[in-house]
Amino acid sequence: MPKTKIMTTDRGEGRELTFEILKYNPRDPESKPHLATYTIRETPGMTLFVALNMIREDLDPDLAFDFVCRAGICGSCGMMVNGKPLLACRTRTADYPDGKIRLMPMPAFELIKDLSVITGQWMDRMSQRVESWIHSSVEHDISRIERPVDPDAADATFELDRCIECGICVASCATALMRPDFVGAVGLNRIARFESDPHDERTDADYYELVGDDAGIFGCMSLLSCEDHCPKNLPLQEKIAYMRRKLAKVK
Amino acid sequence: MKIRYCDALVIGGGLAGLRVAVQTQEKGLNTIVLSLVPVKRSHSAAAQGGMQSSLANTVMGEGDNEDVHFADTVKGSDWGCDQVVARMFVTTAPKATRQLAEWGVPWTRVRKGPREVVINAQRTTIVEKEEAHGLINARDFGGTKKWRTCYTADATGHTMLYGVANRAIRDQAEIHERKELMRLIVEGSRCYGAVVRDQITGEIEAYVAKATCIATGGWGRIYRTTTNAVICEGTGQAAVLETGLATLGNPEAVQFHPTPIVPSGILLTEGCRGDGGVLRDVDGYRFMPDYEPEKKDLASRDVVSRRMMEHIRKGKGVPSPFGEHLWLDISILGREHIEKNLRDVREIAMTFNGIDPADPGPKGWLPVRPAQHYSMGGIRTKPTGESTAIDGLFACGEAACWDLHGFNRLGGNSVAETVVAGMIVGSYMADYCHRHEIDIDTRLVRESIRREEAYLQEILDRPEHKGMSIFDIKRRMQVIMDEKVGIFRHGETLQEAVDELQELLKLSREAAVAYKCPRANPELEQAYRVPKMLKIALSVAYSALLRTESRGAHYREDYTQRDDLHWMKRTIVRWSDPEATLPEVGYEPLDIMKMEMPPAFRGYGRKGQIIENPLSAQRAEEVEAIRRRLEAEGKDRFAIQEALMPFELPENYKAKNERLGVGYA
Repeated sequence: MPKTKIMTTDRGEGRELTFEILKYNPRDPESKPHLATYTIRETPGMTLFVALNMIREDLDPDLAFDFVCRAGICGSCGMMVNGKPLLACRTRTADYPDGKIRLMPMPAFELIKDLSVITGQWMDRMSQRVESWIHSSVEHDISRIERPVDPDAADATFELDRCIECGICVASCATALMRPDFVGAVGLNRIARFESDPHDERTDADYYELVGDDAGIFGCMSLLSCEDHCPKNLPLQEKIAYMRRKLAKVK
Repeated sequence: MKIRYCDALVIGGGLAGLRVAVQTQEKGLNTIVLSLVPVKRSHSAAAQGGMQSSLANTVMGEGDNEDVHFADTVKGSDWGCDQVVARMFVTTAPKATRQLAEWGVPWTRVRKGPREVVINAQRTTIVEKEEAHGLINARDFGGTKKWRTCYTADATGHTMLYGVANRAIRDQAEIHERKELMRLIVEGSRCYGAVVRDQITGEIEAYVAKATCIATGGWGRIYRTTTNAVICEGTGQAAVLETGLATLGNPEAVQFHPTPIVPSGILLTEGCRGDGGVLRDVDGYRFMPDYEPEKKDLASRDVVSRRMMEHIRKGKGVPSPFGEHLWLDISILGREHIEKNLRDVREIAMTFNGIDPADPGPKGWLPVRPAQHYSMGGIRTKPTGESTAIDGLFACGEAACWDLHGFNRLGGNSVAETVVAGMIVGSYMADYCHRHEIDIDTRLVRESIRREEAYLQEILDRPEHKGMSIFDIKRRMQVIMDEKVGIFRHGETLQEAVDELQELLKLSREAAVAYKCPRANPELEQAYRVPKMLKIALSVAYSALLRTESRGAHYREDYTQRDDLHWMKRTIVRWSDPEATLPEVGYEPLDIMKMEMPPAFRGYGRKGQIIENPLSAQRAEEVEAIRRRLEAEGKDRFAIQEALMPFELPENYKAKNERLGVGYA
């Protein structure tokens, strides 16, 4: 890829950081994919959120990237940082001793522009596929006392409900990159989440109907990259293995 | 030209918007939700601590009910809220919490038997009842008499958002992402939908609907230091203001949260103090009990934030390269509690500051300083959620001034408001859709699209100039708001802010963009958003200048008293001349003689700082007389409440809420 742009700002007094960032707008006929280079000064406690905004405000007003909460909670800012999928808002520049950082958009998702990708549609398809909602035949009267749930069971469901759909498990998954219809660790974790929820009445056979194939629970090659990169430290491998054992017994 | 039709159009895909959409969709209406981002990334996800709801399952919540929640909310608001709305809210909140449990929110549950907790910095054992085992738990929060804040560790907003979003997906409400509201389609005094920009293709589209609901969240990003997500820019409220008809209520009522972490401004939940954490100064001294002997670290947010700044002004702040701060100490809660119940807080502290708050002693203390957190003000609505000025236009959640919060919102009342208002406003909006047709000339819709296209082209065509960039203008606005429209306000500096913001508004109307692409283009987006943000900033600053009293979060150093004699009124802002650089400001009276709870001292904050209104005492006597008479007649609390201040709710939301041990009493 051609490197076309080098821009420098000296705002701040810290060490020099060099960013190489993919720039490309697939909807602009004049845009060609290329790496742009930017140098900025590091500030104390700098994250990629701070750095990218500094680049946009001082050097390149049309650099596209996505942040929402900038606190590691919403899952908007997954990107490839020196080849690893990470949440940019939680990534500190201080963790890159040579000061060289290359940013690319996450693979497996459609590119909007530069570092901005469409994760929403992918996650929506996943949600439809695993029927990501409580299936219950009970009509509970909401003015009455709620149904009790064992405190440990509630905690176990919460543990898996912590997924933020950032797409990092998908971007780091070999199966997902080879088969676009693979439901991903995010989808399999979601199945495990509802399986553990006392409010959901679905059985193993129901879950088998949804993900009992090579695009689902049997597609995982157990390479563990999803768990290695999950920013919420979800027990993805354990839960995928658990669901696979359960669903392998169906029929 | 893309024109889409639906029954109910919801703009904003956070908790409030999604809950409205579920309501209208489940009532058989074709519903579309527009969102700037994938809906599960909305700022609702960042709510950590919990949702207030008087379930009274935990032993520390015993005796709680709607009346206690109501009183806490009204005091919290510093008597600025609409008490009818507060009643609607507290009555529906328990139902909302229980409904969310059925939708899959994994509320933390009560465990029977002894449990060690920290109260007033002391380890204490409480014993949960056998029959409460497995019911929804609650934690303590600021400004509340009971432990009432239901939670899922410190990721409550996240689990609630996923629960409601999953429900919306189940119901097949259509969700269109990366769509930005540009302008409302208003003809006469009726709203017919919105003109929207697709952020990917740049295309201008129209969504035509029977009713439109704005649920676009708060406007925190008009400030430089804010806990709010970067998308909370107030452009939804600005679009409403730009109709020239609809109004904003109390824009000057801005909340500053006591404990965002320094320097990133990321929120650390009030649950930190609710669970027993304390504030310390440069000497490691716990100072809040000196200021607030009764509520200590858990007075309402406006009071704690002001006390902290007061303490820093006394020279007790901790110096740092990012300015002075204080310490939040949760290490006294113990590692086990922190790793389980304050997990995201720990993760934030470790990631952004390299501090493990579970480390004992000063090593684990977290640097905190108050920062902008919440807008109590917003689009003025009736209790039904409908705009007071435009038919068919609704608003709810933080975007609205429904007026649950008055001049200060209690922690835990905002996520609660989103779902409760979603249920109520969604219901009234569905009724509206059932009663009305779409009867607009499509030529007007096409003209609206063309006008917006022309506006964006005009921005792209602006000649390059040497002055401030749109980013410079935005940054300057944010700094002015931080410095001059912050926790402590003064007439002189507010006037400076208003003057300078007007100049910025003029400059923003001429700002050029370098990259001329009409599609995904962050600079172009700023160029049309910043003038909108400036209108909101001006509404806040100008209303703050005109309100010559101190109430709740609005504190004037030149008018330090709460003035019930002259200021029992809600600020109403309209922007009818698009070329103007200031809005028109009017007022709506708050009728003391209709209040269930007439103005009095809050029980925290500075004493003797009220300019009394004689009507307060008169109404208090009247209320007391009615109460005594009805009690003598053997009437229950519901009948007494009804006699004091009647209110209505849709659906079966007014049904009595069952509680452990007391049934429906």
